[in-house]
Amino acid sequence: MYTPDTSRLLKYFEGLCEGAEQAMESDDRVFMMGLDIDDHRAIQGSTKGLLQKFGSERVFTTPLSEDAMTGVAIGAAMAGQRPIHVHIRMDFLMLCMNQLVNIAAKSHYMYGGSVQVPLVVRTMIGKSWGQGAQHSQGLHSMFAHVPGIKVVAPSNAYDAKGLTIQAVRDNNPVLIMEHRLLYATEAYVPAHPFTVEFGEARILREGEDVTIVGVSNMVMESMRAAELLAELGIDCEVIDPITISPLDFAAIEASVNRTGRLLVVDNGWLNCGFSAEVLARVAESDQITRKVNMKRIGFAATTCPTTPSLEDAFYPNPRTIAMLVYHMVTGKQDWEPSLESCQLAYQAQFKGPF
Amino acid sequence: MISYSTTEARLYASIALIRRTEEVIAEIYPSDKIKSPVHLAIGQEYIAAAVIDHLKESDYVSGTYRGHGVYLAKGGNLNAMMAELYGKAGGCAKGRAGSMHLVESSKGVIGMSAVVGTGIPVAVGHALAIKQRNRDDVVVVFMGDGATEEGCFSESVNFAALHKLPILFVVENNRLAIHEPLNKRWAADALTERVSTYGIPSKRFIEPDTLAIHRYAGDAIEKLREGSGPVFMECHTHRWFEHVGPNQDYNQGYRSESESEEWRAKDAYRVLGNSISAEEKAGIDAMIEADLKAALEYAESSPFPSSEELFDHVYA
Repeated sequence: MYTPDTSRLLKYFEGLCEGAEQAMESDDRVFMMGLDIDDHRAIQGSTKGLLQKFGSERVFTTPLSEDAMTGVAIGAAMAGQRPIHVHIRMDFLMLCMNQLVNIAAKSHYMYGGSVQVPLVVRTMIGKSWGQGAQHSQGLHSMFAHVPGIKVVAPSNAYDAKGLTIQAVRDNNPVLIMEHRLLYATEAYVPAHPFTVEFGEARILREGEDVTIVGVSNMVMESMRAAELLAELGIDCEVIDPITISPLDFAAIEASVNRTGRLLVVDNGWLNCGFSAEVLARVAESDQITRKVNMKRIGFAATTCPTTPSLEDAFYPNPRTIAMLVYHMVTGKQDWEPSLESCQLAYQAQFKGPF
Repeated sequence: MISYSTTEARLYASIALIRRTEEVIAEIYPSDKIKSPVHLAIGQEYIAAAVIDHLKESDYVSGTYRGHGVYLAKGGNLNAMMAELYGKAGGCAKGRAGSMHLVESSKGVIGMSAVVGTGIPVAVGHALAIKQRNRDDVVVVFMGDGATEEGCFSESVNFAALHKLPILFVVENNRLAIHEPLNKRWAADALTERVSTYGIPSKRFIEPDTLAIHRYAGDAIEKLREGSGPVFMECHTHRWFEHVGPNQDYNQGYRSESESEEWRAKDAYRVLGNSISAEEKAGIDAMIEADLKAALEYAESSPFPSSEELFDHVYA
């Protein structure tokens, strides 16, 4: 089990910022670029103070040219620099897809190992207050599909900092998928530079009845669901994979072999996505000897709506997660947690607009 | 290092190496020894040769899937290129690239891309790195007319101009995108004028005048090294061969042979060859033929990568 250093609480966005700051301090090849990173809002505080500390040569905004700017970052990385390219919403990565998939992911292989692309792409998912169709997408599965690129998804301030430092040190393109609603959440974070290794999942809560794998903010939702279920005597094991690609499947496999039940809670759609991948690997596993009851839950198979009445139905939440697990474990559908008990502080804190 | 008596002789040697290499590729191609689509630049070699003549080893060039000429002019290894076309372990990318993704990092040859236009911002990124590291190197990025239609072209020129990056944009305008002529793709045949609105020097060359291109590029590259920002060149030219493959295709009806005759009459390979002494030309030609023979032997004898290597290099 992970034992935190309890000396200092930091917010998620502060973890991101401190990780970048320390990476830039220790290596002058590291620079940061992206629309609005140097303005007074500083990407919701996650780039705050970097311009003042490192100057406009190393911290600069870009034209609204996501396609070319991604290529520029890749080219600089090939030439020996270590860029961090920031996008305030993940949806804009669609404009970067060509460069990320056709160049960044492929270069090391396509050029016979002679070219490296140590690129970090920071990108944020939005949720609620009308973020809607184009400010809310979790597109990690699309990128994780492609060999050559790494995808990580910090669910807390500790990982936000440690993954940022590790991503900068990695010699491959790494996509950091952040979540807007997690920005104000706090965790214990050491002040010194540290890394969170890729491909090492964390068991946040040990349990015997069911394995829940949550992605990004769905880790928080799953933890709350586990608390509600504990009141009923249902013992959930909650796993944060932390990195989507590479994936620590061994951790999931061992847990599922013990509990015999698996629920994947994704912060994205189900079809051809991360949840399907995990279930497929469980189905194929030679290590898992018992029959496993598997379910998954994620975005509804629709475009994300803006109005709260529809949006609430679009996302998994502690209530829907807990009820699904209850059914998996008991075979019954005779329990509903109260709405109040399913409220999450981090969700309530966010009042928009962005 | 071979020394030549004149600039013309040096440029002839560069053009002739590219011409003869691609002619040999076209000859070999029907044998299926070359395991890769080949996009020949026969007739267009003089542009890469003239511009790259001004570069030093630590400067970068960026070419395209029609990039044999850029690779060779910058000093890319002929043996490694031929082995790459054969899919052999001794290739410049160990058989992972084929003809379309040539690379030679030690000579400043940026890896080439087959998705049109994608190499342009990557080249600009190399120029950004040069500026950030205070190096006095430059980047030359070659592209076709079709690439200038991609959004990333305009985005890249704008960013390079904004940051005064040391990069020379060179368009080899053969007025064809696969088989589609310019007048079906451009509302106005005014590329040079369009680019000049980004506030950078822009120059068009209608004629295949190797020495004029050489002079202009030399001045431009000198200014790039002084930090005065990017420069743009558009060179009209003519693709003698089909878009991809070893054949000429004037019988396909999408372009006329008469247009070809005009360009062939001004063939830089022949014009420059005639401008140097017969003795020096013979020496250059003999060396090229010897190098080509050696390259083919190298490609033939190099082994194919073993199947266990499939998973090598996915991640660095």
